[in-house]
Amino acid sequence: MNRTILSALLSHWWRNRMQLFTLLAGLALATALWSGVQAINSEARASYDAAAQTLGEGQYDQIRRSDGGLIADATYIDLRRAGLRVSPVIEDRLNGVRLVGVDPLTAPGGIGPVDVTNDDFNAFLTGRGQVYGTAAALADVGEIDADKVISPDVAPGTLLTDIAVAQRLLDRADGFDRLIVVPGQTLLQPALADIAPDLTRQGAQGADNDLAQLTDSFHLNLTAFGLLSFAVGIFIVNGAIGLAFEQRRPVVRTLRALGVPLDRLLWMTALELCVFALVAGGIGVAMGYGIASLLLPDVAATLRGLYGAQVAGTLSIRPLWWLSSLAIALGGTALAAGAAFWRLYHMPLLAAGQQRALAMAAGRSARWQAWSALVLLTVAAALVAAVAVAGLEQGLVAGFAMLACLLIGAALALPYLLDRVLTLGQAMARGVLPQWFWADTRQQLPGLSLALMALLLAMSANIGVSTMVSSFRQTFVDFLDQRLAAELYVTAEDAAQAQALQTFTATRTRAILPIQSAEITLADTPVSLLGARDDTTYRENWAFLASSPAPWDAIAAGEAIAINEQLWRRTALDIGQEVAIKGRTFAIAAVYSDYGNPLGQAIMTEPAFQGLFPEVTALSFGLRLPAEDVPDLVAEMEQALGLPEGATIDQSGIKAFSLGVFDRTFTVTTALNILTLAVAGFAILMSLLTLATMRLPQLAPVWAMGLTRAGLGRLELVRALLLATLTAVVALPLGLALAWVLLSVVNVAAFGWKLPMFLYPLDYARLGLFALIAAALAALWPAIRLARTPPADLLKVFSNER
Amino acid sequence: MLLDVRHLTKTYDTADGTFTVLSGIDMTLDAGRTLALTGESGSGKSTLLHLIGGLDTPDAGEILLDGADVAAMDDAARAKVRRGTVGVVFQQFNLIPSLTVAANIGFQARLAGRDAPGATEALADKLGLTEQLSKYPEQLSGGQQQRVAIARTLAAKPRLVLADEPTGNLDEATAANVLDLMRDLVTETGAALMMVTHSDALASRMERRLHLAQGRIA
Repeated sequence: MNRTILSALLSHWWRNRMQLFTLLAGLALATALWSGVQAINSEARASYDAAAQTLGEGQYDQIRRSDGGLIADATYIDLRRAGLRVSPVIEDRLNGVRLVGVDPLTAPGGIGPVDVTNDDFNAFLTGRGQVYGTAAALADVGEIDADKVISPDVAPGTLLTDIAVAQRLLDRADGFDRLIVVPGQTLLQPALADIAPDLTRQGAQGADNDLAQLTDSFHLNLTAFGLLSFAVGIFIVNGAIGLAFEQRRPVVRTLRALGVPLDRLLWMTALELCVFALVAGGIGVAMGYGIASLLLPDVAATLRGLYGAQVAGTLSIRPLWWLSSLAIALGGTALAAGAAFWRLYHMPLLAAGQQRALAMAAGRSARWQAWSALVLLTVAAALVAAVAVAGLEQGLVAGFAMLACLLIGAALALPYLLDRVLTLGQAMARGVLPQWFWADTRQQLPGLSLALMALLLAMSANIGVSTMVSSFRQTFVDFLDQRLAAELYVTAEDAAQAQALQTFTATRTRAILPIQSAEITLADTPVSLLGARDDTTYRENWAFLASSPAPWDAIAAGEAIAINEQLWRRTALDIGQEVAIKGRTFAIAAVYSDYGNPLGQAIMTEPAFQGLFPEVTALSFGLRLPAEDVPDLVAEMEQALGLPEGATIDQSGIKAFSLGVFDRTFTVTTALNILTLAVAGFAILMSLLTLATMRLPQLAPVWAMGLTRAGLGRLELVRALLLATLTAVVALPLGLALAWVLLSVVNVAAFGWKLPMFLYPLDYARLGLFALIAAALAALWPAIRLARTPPADLLKVFSNER
Repeated sequence: MLLDVRHLTKTYDTADGTFTVLSGIDMTLDAGRTLALTGESGSGKSTLLHLIGGLDTPDAGEILLDGADVAAMDDAARAKVRRGTVGVVFQQFNLIPSLTVAANIGFQARLAGRDAPGATEALADKLGLTEQLSKYPEQLSGGQQQRVAIARTLAAKPRLVLADEPTGNLDEATAANVLDLMRDLVTETGAALMMVTHSDALASRMERRLHLAQGRIA
């Protein structure tokens, strides 16, 4: 019996292949966008995990020299003799690839490519030595005097080896870059300052600045867009399943009348959908892999540029990823089919057998939608009010709840709004044809509403994200102009060269601005403290978001500091408040914007900084001089001081690099936006094609009364353009609201900075035009098909044989 | 006795209150016999047919089919009755549009597990549908579709054939033809036939006739 039932159910799809294609394509596209984003996320997370596991990054306390120099072997021995369990690490570039040398005998368990209890351990320590890395990293390093071992678990772009092998390969005699502090130290230890006062211990990166935490916000944005794209795809699936179920109502009734039990019918239908979900999910996973492969290099570059996180530029197929993608395809299908199953379950056996496809959103369901929309939009408004009035600016959850309420509420409200507008158009129409056109458009609305909702979501996401990106870019460019005021930036190799550099440039520049920093803790938050030389460069270019009167004077007097926006928003620190740094008290005089930096930062005047951190030597400098003199000075410095290539970088170079990093950041979201809009266009096409076959009984009488088939086709095209235009009108305010939430709520919570919002009417007009073109293209095929419908098909409407 | 209906009552709730469609119906039908059910529109003919066929449930009374009370059965058991014992021919044909004529004819027999090789072709031959076997229902005329619906019911070899105005959509000549076929095939298989009709001419060709008026047997 099961085979017989299944054959009847499946025969529907065989006879309605376009509907099957819509269902599979919608689900595949939804899964593709979602799984593509998830593939990128899982690849990045795997890279972070590899970095943490192989290098102990972020997991353990570390000891470094305050001035950034090497830790002497003797110092290391002193520390070990004093009872501190520390493990040395050296690292440097070898043929452009990061080479890290660890001591597996003293390193905490889990660090290093081999286990000390493993047979590979001897090979690691003896002979020519072994260098572990990914295939890409090993290829990049070229020929080296050690055995290469491919290990996918090592962080991308990094090679790992024994510390002695690293010293040989890097041609370094002695000294370590840092020491890893092994957990579980003995209680009775002398203070670090007593043994080695030039060393500082840095805590394991906590929740606030852990690499994964920093990059989480980026991945959260990606996930949000993946989810949005998935939602647009699910709208298509919902429409396809809904229509298929409605069209099959008479068949289902017949099957039940012929003795098929309801529960068996439900199970078979569910099985049928599961098979479709798995097939479409499989196609979607493959497409998602393709999307992720294309986007991953940009994502990797973004993460490297923004956060210094190394992410592999190539994609692996991870079981968890494709299994979760198939699960989401099944879940999405279940979500889309839920209402259809509910109706099927409650369908009376003897109810009238006519199709209800065009009345799907009518009556009770339309009222339910309108009420739901009202509730969701009210919740969104309440959250907005909470943010505006109560300053509820923290928390991604509030931001994303606001976004969800806004988007879903507006999507549910769309059919009602369009119905009202079409009713008004019908009332104002003069002449029989315009009146029929408006009334007929209104009648078609339920069948098209899901596709129009998808278009609304895609357009508003586009407006919202492009507004955010453009606002961000405009603000960022202005910010770079302010912050990168020095015409030339130079980095010395050591303190001696730094001193020589200052002497050499003293008479050749208007000002030398040392860039020196030390890591401190303020309000329990890790902060990078900068020592700035009092100069007009800062006074003229640094714009403060908030400040006390004459902030630069207070800072120059060594009485105050300025903090960045991230620190200001994440802590209770505020203007006028006093903080203690190494026993001295400073007032907070100002808050400055610091886009692109995920960490807390503060600046104080150079003398105060030197007083507190005498061991810190500035190695980097900003030089002020006429821009046209920069090439000559660079040439002179290279000749006189022996500065290596890459030690000098001019302002335009830094700006170009920074903007390059920024632009790559949003390549991914732009690509997702375009894909989402394309999916929405596809939804309209599929809805129109599905409805086309059901439209003949409505169009045939109009044709019989004298309207040509070509005229009917043109009206179909106009109808699609009208509905797309009305949807675009709704999408504009929704998109701007989305942008506001992204800029003022989500960004603050995710990145720690608030951005001003700018409007870009030309961009919106261009997007509206794209949406109309997409709608017109989608409507073109059904319109041409209608214009070419044989009269015999239209005549069937009037015959008894139909 | 194949069918024994006792004190059958059915009511519907309407906006104007409770409406009694059938009130205390008693009737019987033996295997191999034919019965016409006549009456005005709204007299309860189709409702009685649906109740006997297990498509609906009564408010009171018994419907004993081969001694088993269909009225007391749950949904799954009634589905089994519809699948095996009873075959219903609907006025609107209720064919499955996505299946070919051949698949439609053999459909209920396959559901009931009674499909036999060549049975579909033999029935199609008798009903003049051989040329139409590979076509889809939408490609057939109304008369042809009704013949497919009848063939589908008879192919499953039910013990009781219930026909709800099976010729209502057909012209007089075709209707007479279809009725002859049904009577012949019922006689061949030994099933009982109960047919709802408005036509006195068709009713007179059945062995017995029951007339319903305002929910009662007149």
